[in-house]
Amino acid sequence: MTDASLTGSTPSAGPQPQIKWGRVRQSRRVQDKILRVTATGATALSVFVLFWILGMLLWKGGQGISLDLFTKITPGPGTAGGGLLNAIVGSIVLTFLGIAIATPIGVMAGTYLAEYGRGSKLAEVVRFINDILLSAPSILIGLFVYVILVMPFRGYSGWAGSVALAIIALPVIVRTTEDMLRLVPNGLREAAAALGAPTSVVIRQVCWRAAKAGIVTGILLALARIAGETAPLLFTALNNSFWFNWNLTGGISNLPVTIYAFASAPYDNWQQLAWAGALLITGAILFLSIAARALINRK
Amino acid sequence: MSQMAVQEAPSAAAPKADAPVRIGVKNLDFYYGGFHALKDVNMNFGDREVTALIGPSGCGKSTLLRIFNRIYSLYPEQRATGEVMLDGRNILSPNIDINELRARIGMVFQKPTPFPMSIYDNCAFGMRLYEKLSKSELDDRVEQALRKAALWDEVKDKLKQSGMGLSGGQQQRMCIARTIAQQPDVILFDEPTSALDPISTGKIEELIEQLRADFTIVIVTHNMQQAARISQYTAFMYLGELIEFGPTTKIFMNPDQKRTLDYVTGRFG
Repeated sequence: MTDASLTGSTPSAGPQPQIKWGRVRQSRRVQDKILRVTATGATALSVFVLFWILGMLLWKGGQGISLDLFTKITPGPGTAGGGLLNAIVGSIVLTFLGIAIATPIGVMAGTYLAEYGRGSKLAEVVRFINDILLSAPSILIGLFVYVILVMPFRGYSGWAGSVALAIIALPVIVRTTEDMLRLVPNGLREAAAALGAPTSVVIRQVCWRAAKAGIVTGILLALARIAGETAPLLFTALNNSFWFNWNLTGGISNLPVTIYAFASAPYDNWQQLAWAGALLITGAILFLSIAARALINRK
Repeated sequence: MSQMAVQEAPSAAAPKADAPVRIGVKNLDFYYGGFHALKDVNMNFGDREVTALIGPSGCGKSTLLRIFNRIYSLYPEQRATGEVMLDGRNILSPNIDINELRARIGMVFQKPTPFPMSIYDNCAFGMRLYEKLSKSELDDRVEQALRKAALWDEVKDKLKQSGMGLSGGQQQRMCIARTIAQQPDVILFDEPTSALDPISTGKIEELIEQLRADFTIVIVTHNMQQAARISQYTAFMYLGELIEFGPTTKIFMNPDQKRTLDYVTGRFG
């Protein structure tokens, strides 16, 4: 750079500054290249693994997709054919029952944290515990429900399975409800209060409404989370190989545990059903995630 | 801000000869936690007059406004001491029903605050809280309020649509409609036009002039021409104290205090 470049009032006036080419050191270029290659490579590797899993799932599971899958119940050992009907229905019932238990508690608790408990010590403690619960290993929750609901009643049950799933969904719902309510501008609360609305009306008619899409998204994500949970069901709902009935006091067949049992069995048709079941769950979770994302974007 | 404030004579209607006192403030102090934000404020607000509160940022004018509907009570660390009499009752007393008070004293905020519901439901929100109205009465009151807020013609065909879909100026007029639909005694405006373009601002100022016929109005504004245009009385505040309070003409043309003169002529602030 010469002084000339500073004196001219416009860039074109006066002699142009001399820029020397090749000032960037070679080592600098090499560093840049190394970082770019590593970052791209790491991304490619993780995407590759993901697609490998999905590809294998589609290939092996796709072969098992047939009408029988949705119309016949799980076959006994050594029996040919069979489907997953009871497991599919059982999974849907357990999952929705779990969400039905967790949603009111979770939304209320999240509302407490965001609205009534603002700045209170209790809310801080609850929030901390909720975060721990959020990352608790699901097998631990399965064992916990085993101790409080399976052992005392001397038997695996659909109810116990739903409760275990509800406990896993609960912290997700609490957290998203609180976060979404916190995004509601305080001005809205003040405006509603300024019209004479008591706190309960402000929350129900203004805050919940403003945060509705976000809260529903949280519930969908919780649904996706528990749809594929296996560990907590192993200790609670376990499985059965009969046609689904609404008596939830006994073991209930469900997709994750069926996959777990069938995948390690020596029968070809069982293994085939396990693959098909895995594909179904993955498809359902994918659908829920896309629905949740669409809801957020629509806001 | 320039000399203009002084040269441009206040154009608003002159104050009524002796309007009865609507809000009486006596020995009012206010604290944000340990911060003493208002210091011994004494003043009276006349019935169906527009009173403007002016002063530099942080002088306590919004704080004063937020006492009149006890909105500060939403925040436990804020407290007021002294006396604010509204129609013979001290609104700072603990046995006042805060929600009833807020239904009688409307407030319009700096940023439009449409609720996530239809335009109709926005306007009916306050009425539905404390009044048992039939569908047709409710329809009537919503229409009247929207007409008074000069918004009816723009929204009459889309009352069922979300209030969030209106423009900023329309949203603010909807918030005013929502407030007047409740038929309060007093309306508080907290810098209602600072987030709006000049055309919307003009509409809202016109509106405030008309509302004066029915309501006692207190408005906080940073815009001194606005205060001069629309108010009958002006209070100048500085660092939590009420420096001078009187008819707007006097405050802008011939104030007693040097600090007031300096502020309205733009020499500080």
